[in-house]
Amino acid sequence: MHDMTEVAAARVALVGVPNCGKTALFNALTGSRQKVGNYAGVTVERKIGSARTPAGRRLDVIDLPGTYSLRARSPDEEVTRDVVMGRRAGEPAPDLLVAVADATNMRSALRLVLELKETGRPILLVLNMIDIATYRGIGIDAAKLEAELGIPVVTATAVRKAGMEALFARLDRLLAEGLPEPAANRWQEPSAGDLRAAQRAADRLVAAIVRHPPRPDTATARIDSVLLHPVAGLICLLTLLFIMFQAVFTWAQPLMGLISAGFDFAGVLVKEVVPSGLVQSFLVDGIIAGVGSVIVFLPQILILFLFILLLEDLGYMARAAFLMDKIMGGAGLHGRAFIPLLSSFACAIPGIMAARVIDNRRDRLTTMLVAPLMTCSARIPVYTLIIGAFIPARTVWGVFSLQGLVMFALYAAGIVSALAVSAAAKFLFWRKAPTPPFMMDLPDYKMPRLKSIAIGLWTRARIFLKRAGTTIFSMMVVIWVLATFPMAPANATEPGIAYSFAAMIGKFIHPLLAPIGFNWQMSVALVPGMAAREVAVAALGTVYAIQGGEAQVGHILASQWSLATALSFLVWYIFAPQCASTLAVIKREAGGAKWMWLTFGYMLALAYVASFATYQIACLLGAG
Amino acid sequence: MKDTVLAAEVIDGMPLGQARRGFAGRISRIVADHVPSTLPAHEVERRLIELGFVEGAEVHILHEGLFGRDPIAVRVNGATVALRRREAMAIFAG
Ligand SMILES: Nc1nc2c(ncn2[C@@H]2O[C@H](COP(=O)(O)OP(=O)(O)OP(=O)(O)O)[C@@H](O)[C@H]2O)c(=O)[nH]1
Ligand SMILES: [Mg+2]
Repeated sequence: MHDMTEVAAARVALVGVPNCGKTALFNALTGSRQKVGNYAGVTVERKIGSARTPAGRRLDVIDLPGTYSLRARSPDEEVTRDVVMGRRAGEPAPDLLVAVADATNMRSALRLVLELKETGRPILLVLNMIDIATYRGIGIDAAKLEAELGIPVVTATAVRKAGMEALFARLDRLLAEGLPEPAANRWQEPSAGDLRAAQRAADRLVAAIVRHPPRPDTATARIDSVLLHPVAGLICLLTLLFIMFQAVFTWAQPLMGLISAGFDFAGVLVKEVVPSGLVQSFLVDGIIAGVGSVIVFLPQILILFLFILLLEDLGYMARAAFLMDKIMGGAGLHGRAFIPLLSSFACAIPGIMAARVIDNRRDRLTTMLVAPLMTCSARIPVYTLIIGAFIPARTVWGVFSLQGLVMFALYAAGIVSALAVSAAAKFLFWRKAPTPPFMMDLPDYKMPRLKSIAIGLWTRARIFLKRAGTTIFSMMVVIWVLATFPMAPANATEPGIAYSFAAMIGKFIHPLLAPIGFNWQMSVALVPGMAAREVAVAALGTVYAIQGGEAQVGHILASQWSLATALSFLVWYIFAPQCASTLAVIKREAGGAKWMWLTFGYMLALAYVASFATYQIACLLGAG
Repeated sequence: MKDTVLAAEVIDGMPLGQARRGFAGRISRIVADHVPSTLPAHEVERRLIELGFVEGAEVHILHEGLFGRDPIAVRVNGATVALRRREAMAIFAG
């Protein structure tokens, strides 16, 4: 018998089908804030947290990606299999498997439990979402299930931390008695016949212990009759995306004005207090003009995230994938690729990671390679800055803001180019291959919970501000130094910056970028812009601030750039691989530097060609 | 060869891939041998079973896509699953 009091923490792994609430349970047990969402495939990595039972026992709780079986069809499911079977190097198999089941959908959950029993590890079953089951009038005889399965069964409502005392008490009792010695692992990859038999056995269990209400809940089906309607559904999806991007542009304006006024005020204050000279320039031009010009965009980014979080929690993501399936398939993408691509609106990195749920390697690679083309939130500052400076704030067709329309067009350009690149790859490399299958659970709609949305937004705000305070801040220091030194000679005729390292670097690169209409200030901003896209905005802010002029970088740009240059810059940012972390993640997830270089190369080529065309055409049309 | 297999199956129901929205029935058979796919037939079969499509389960087509009425959303014993008509050809129901 294992004795696990105080000595070592018991390792407890959460296993279950996708979307049954494992991560919600993990958060409830450990107090973590891992991402929860109402679609399959939210968690693609293993996460470890620690918990302490009322009796003082330490638990190492492991959250795992959801899976229908231990067969491991895709990389995320491999993670689960390896942890459950103890196949990870240097990591023993978990002492206890906590199987999590969605109480409103027990069929697949119980089949998985039957399969887990084959591994011989001790199991405890949590019937989660018992609140929804109760609300719908679904009765579950947990005691009978416990007897039938021969394992402890506990009910819980993980998102409200309800049932945690009972779960902890049960865990304490199990650990105090000592977990049963693991039996021999009899697991074998199930054949179709085995799966059938297991599903039949699970269905018999369900029939014996679940009492269905006389009238089933039809709320989801009724909502879907509109949202999944062949025509109305697509119109809703497009309207939704349209509102989302318009909102990003228009709703945020008042708050942004406020933040930017705050930074202007800080600039004035510093100029009052600090004597003019290097220190003042560092504070005003380097930090306030640089970092401030990025922080201004926080409201926009939060509005975008608010939309994405609401859609995720509501259960709309899988529906969007359903509606887009034909279009995605036409572009040679896997039906499930839509969710990673939609996540990439927030940031390409989680988007690329989310591609793990795609089983076929070729499809997964295509998805990862085109994900960076989706308009991530780091492009928002760049787009907003240029749009604000060059596109008049007019209302068109009575209701739409012209600036919002341009923003929508830029988003659309990102989506279209991602689809086009993948279609081109399909056409060039695997024209004959049939389109990969699309099979996916459509979860029931759930009311988004205010608290989890608030936590999600807060997490994003913290990440953004932390980036502004670290990556962007340090880049700003570098740029300020480069743009300030060496200082102008005494008899200088030009602004000091013309003599600086920044000018030298910018003028060195400039010939390469002149054909696409970039000036040397833009050229120098692109270099630190590799670290993160927003840095380019901050760099422009600093370079132009040192050069002298207004504090508001947008006003300076409007007076210094031609429209052709501005458009070319926007187009550059649709395509250019301006993000080192994305490239690093592609290298890791795709398993090789060559995929990273391929992404870098094709994006750079696209960016250059597209910007070149934009600039030259705009000049011909007289916008130079 | 393939055709005879298909013909034999049609007897105990129609493939879900050919059924229209509103179709409701009980699954009589899952066979994927005639389904063209990037996956081998037995794998398509296993995936369908894992999503709850087993002989005897009740199915009901709730929604269809716009283009070619594809994909479809199917209610199967209390859960809703989206799949393409091509894979749904492996599910026979009556
Ligand atoms: N009402 C209710 N909703 C729940 C409960 N547990 C989880 N949810 C919701 O169910 C959805 C799925 O929860 P997750 O914790 O992300 O599920 P998961 O099993 O980790 O999903 P994957 O990581 O995709 O496998 C989310 O929308 C949760 O808010 C519960 O006990 N009651
Ligand atoms: Mg999860």
